[in-house]
Amino acid sequence: MDFDLSEDQRLLQDSLAKLLKDKYAFEQRKGYMASETGWSRDVWAAYADLGLLAMPFAEDDGGLGYGAVETMIVAEQFGRALALEPFIPTVVIGGAFLRHGATAEQRAALVPQIAEGKLLLAFAHTETQSRFDLNDVATTAKKDGAGWVIEGRKGVVVHGDTADQIIVTARVSGGRRDRDGIEVFLIPADTQGVTRRGFKTSDGQRAADITFDNVKVSADAKLNGGLALAERVVDEAIAALGAEAIGCMEASKDLTIEYLKTRKQFGRPIGSFQSLQHRAAEMMVCLEQARSMAMLAAMMASEEDPAERRRQMRAVKIEIGRNARFVGQQTVQMHGGIAMTMEYVGGHYLKRLTVIENMFGDVDHHLAALSEEGGVFVAA
Amino acid sequence: MELRFTDEERAFRQEVRAWIDENLPAETRERMASGRTPTKAMQIDWQKRLYAKGWAVPHWPVEWGGQKWSAIQRFILSEEMQSTPAPSPLGFNANMLGPVMIAFGTEEQKKHFLPKIASLDLWFCQGFSEPGAGSDLASLKTRAVREGDHYIVNGQKTWTTLAQHADWIFLLVRTDPGAAKQQEGISFLIADMKTPGITVRPIITIDGAHEVNEVFLDDVKVPVENLIGTENRGWDCAKFLLSNERTGQARVGASKERIRRLKLIAKEAPGGARPVMEDPRFRSRLTEVEVQLKALEMTTLRVLADENRQLSQRKPNPASSVLKIRGTELQQAISELYVMAAGPYGLVASDPEADRWNEPEVAQDWQTLAQATYFNWRKQSIYGGSTEIQKNIMAKAFLGL
Ligand SMILES: Cc1cc2nc3c(=O)[nH]c(=O)nc-3n(C[C@H](O)[C@H](O)[C@H](O)COP(=O)(O)OP(=O)(O)OC[C@H]3O[C@@H](n4cnc5c(N)ncnc54)[C@H](O)[C@@H]3O)c2cc1C
Repeated sequence: MDFDLSEDQRLLQDSLAKLLKDKYAFEQRKGYMASETGWSRDVWAAYADLGLLAMPFAEDDGGLGYGAVETMIVAEQFGRALALEPFIPTVVIGGAFLRHGATAEQRAALVPQIAEGKLLLAFAHTETQSRFDLNDVATTAKKDGAGWVIEGRKGVVVHGDTADQIIVTARVSGGRRDRDGIEVFLIPADTQGVTRRGFKTSDGQRAADITFDNVKVSADAKLNGGLALAERVVDEAIAALGAEAIGCMEASKDLTIEYLKTRKQFGRPIGSFQSLQHRAAEMMVCLEQARSMAMLAAMMASEEDPAERRRQMRAVKIEIGRNARFVGQQTVQMHGGIAMTMEYVGGHYLKRLTVIENMFGDVDHHLAALSEEGGVFVAA
Repeated sequence: MELRFTDEERAFRQEVRAWIDENLPAETRERMASGRTPTKAMQIDWQKRLYAKGWAVPHWPVEWGGQKWSAIQRFILSEEMQSTPAPSPLGFNANMLGPVMIAFGTEEQKKHFLPKIASLDLWFCQGFSEPGAGSDLASLKTRAVREGDHYIVNGQKTWTTLAQHADWIFLLVRTDPGAAKQQEGISFLIADMKTPGITVRPIITIDGAHEVNEVFLDDVKVPVENLIGTENRGWDCAKFLLSNERTGQARVGASKERIRRLKLIAKEAPGGARPVMEDPRFRSRLTEVEVQLKALEMTTLRVLADENRQLSQRKPNPASSVLKIRGTELQQAISELYVMAAGPYGLVASDPEADRWNEPEVAQDWQTLAQATYFNWRKQSIYGGSTEIQKNIMAKAFLGL
């Protein structure tokens, strides 16, 4: 085992950190957020120049052939900067769908576009009744000659308002919650019958509510793999979101420690009060435990045994979620009023961490499932 | 010891409930039930109705509009208002400035201001905190210099809740910078917000709400008759006020209402296989909060029974720290339960300033408010004396540490 980054990995980390330092001062971020897309196309192009958008794809498909560790490194930097661009929807999630579920021709057509920053993807899986269950799908796909007709509604599609293509789970057979009978479709957002309503999410990012009304797509719109594919992709998303959370938590902790050293009340730095010192120390405990889980996630992302991978990823989501909540809340608490304001970055970490906690299953969702599945250390 | 409500108290509760039902405007009730704070107009309208009934300030002396009620009766009224839910009388007026003026003000001040404070003819805001003086309030720098029959006030207040609605402000200012102890050079003033030199700048909180403000004071002329209590003894008023503020913050009735409402919501809230309310983890987390809230309700009654005595002795009541600490923790815990209930649809942002969701409907109203309220309620353990400060007080005053 080796927990150190390689030379190349360190280079990747440093070059992204430098880019974000230039492009993602808190004031610049406010500007991106206020724009119509809610993020920056210029910065997206800079990510493309750095090769970030090509990372996870095979070299044969026009990618760089990087693995989960590189994704972790990058997502963590995005977390630190509270970056707003659709990296996880397009590159991590969309990328994983293409890698594991698309044909060679589809990859040849789409991967270069993603790598160049010209194609954005979003994953539409949540429905009003589904909560966090990927298998709870009321949206239908019916055979229509050689193609398919999609009918239904998806909510809270993260970055769905700007995506060029939408990846949609739909039911071809069975009852609403059956694990069988679910397929995944890749649908151009401008297809007749697709209606999007964009809105802000509580962390200031963007999402869309999307209805599919008699949407006709060709046969090759269906990716290969159904629910198992979607679950595998979600596990990779959980790993990347976990890494993003680590970046957020770390920046949040650093900001708080700095504040404890500089803010004075009662004639001395508030960091001299032992109750706050202990809380800051606990933040660090949380961060390190969470960081370990982000590494576990990077390790398990490529695990081929789906049951084993699921269990470990649930553990990751639970432990990072719990610790992130503590760090986010204590960042605000130990700052006092100042971190309650939009104008200060502190509270934005809490907001982003809350959103991450509520994507792809919250702590209780995964606790219930993991305990059902026999826990982490399965007895013989 | 008699731990049950008497028949009279039960009858009183019925009377209060019936009156509220009859008099609370439907749109006010609806807005409150949605989890929003009342609009300015709703707050004023409701407080005027209470005032006309004699219920706006029952804890004040009878001569100033109060009632000869027991602490339990006062508790019942405020609990009934919170659990309806109706707006509570504006805390800055009814629980902060009013009692201070009653305890420390002159006859003229009382005659002139108390009726307006009780009826909300004048909306007051609280100008205590400054950028450099939060927990360490006594280090405040806003300066007031006496010139003839005026004080000239210069400085900056911050976090001033609802200053945008306020007609008047009560201020802590430094009148003697040379005093031996910081606490000894402070005075308590009230000022008309229309006085030249007062500027209000909004601060938007992380949930997007405009609830707090910065208040800049630039050569503001305040007549000396607006001094409350003795010059340089303003800290006595402040301590007295802060201890009253903390008692109000347990808000057990409001928490009960939020829990009852959450149960109704969760019964319908989609949880995949079953409604959220049927998820055993959710239920046990909710029940845990309810149990703690029950304990807090009993503690509140105990502290309240004690408060008669405290008020007449004009001494701060350190026991109120228990209520502040646990009450705010529970309100925050409840807000987290709403976030849990909302699940993925909790990501949809609301506009807390809007009356209701005004974009095409992409989520239910309560779902869009869940995270905003959670973010907003992080303030509870910060203001009115942070949890840390409450614990310091307890360690000192109760535990002798
Ligand atoms: C939404 C909101 C509304 C408010 N409304 C008003 C209002 O209407 N009028 C008004 O005057 N003020 C108001 N306040 C201000 C509030 O009272 C202050 O925020 C509070 O006193 C804390 O001060 P601070 O924010 O400067 O934090 P600081 O005092 O700087 O505290 C920062 C952190 O250090 C901790 N800390 C400080 N001293 C100690 C210690 N000795 N031991 C251990 N920990 C310590 C605090 O608990 C906190 O966690 C409001 C605040 C908020 C957030």
